[in-house]
Amino acid sequence: MANQASGDPSSNTKTMTIIVTKGSLDWAYPPFILGTTAAAMNVDVTMFFTYYGLPLLLKKLDLQVTPLGNPGMKMPMLGMHMGLPNIVGAMPGVDAACSAMMKNLIKRKGVASIEELREAALEADVKLIACQMTMDLFEYKLEDMIEGPTVGGAATYMEKALKSDINLFI
Amino acid sequence: MANQLLDAKGLNCPLPILKAKKALKDVPVGETLEVLATDPGSVADFEAFCRATGNELVESTQQENVYRFVIKHVR
Repeated sequence: MANQASGDPSSNTKTMTIIVTKGSLDWAYPPFILGTTAAAMNVDVTMFFTYYGLPLLLKKLDLQVTPLGNPGMKMPMLGMHMGLPNIVGAMPGVDAACSAMMKNLIKRKGVASIEELREAALEADVKLIACQMTMDLFEYKLEDMIEGPTVGGAATYMEKALKSDINLFI
Repeated sequence: MANQLLDAKGLNCPLPILKAKKALKDVPVGETLEVLATDPGSVADFEAFCRATGNELVESTQQENVYRFVIKHVR
């Protein structure tokens, strides 16, 4: 079932690839939400994890978000929405506090955790590819990662992307 | 009455859809799954999900803050 779409032009199965390049708590959501939802809608999904997206495959996740250089990030607080000026966001401990606050919101609003979505992706046969070059560059080992991903490079990704209906770079 | 029930109340996008898809696997073709949700986005999402997957949205109703969907497992 997992490979029915690969290279078979007669297949009606739609395919999607996502290049996952960012590993912060906020940016981890779009690829996992779209990947799992597409899989639930019978799309054959491949996610390629490269650069800062690669650590999203590590067994233990401790994702962080930063308000630094992110003027769009305004958190609901005391009945309004508050952002932080960069000079405050640059202070020690602010990232940790913002990350804790966002994780708290995520839980309270019934939003899935990234761990949960990642598990759902594996269950739905989403193909996860770890970028070999990034593993070499940042010294990550396959043993440190969850079970499921295969290792590949740009050509592995391109072969998939060339015959996919949707290709996203996130 | 639907054949099976999925309580997705309190869950946010995309969890109701992911859980419904999983639950549908255990619903024999021709039978129905009832989903309860509180996510207002699920109204449009279950319509889209059913159109895209070829399953039938038999009912979509709202009672106070709870949305109720009945999905017939077609394929």
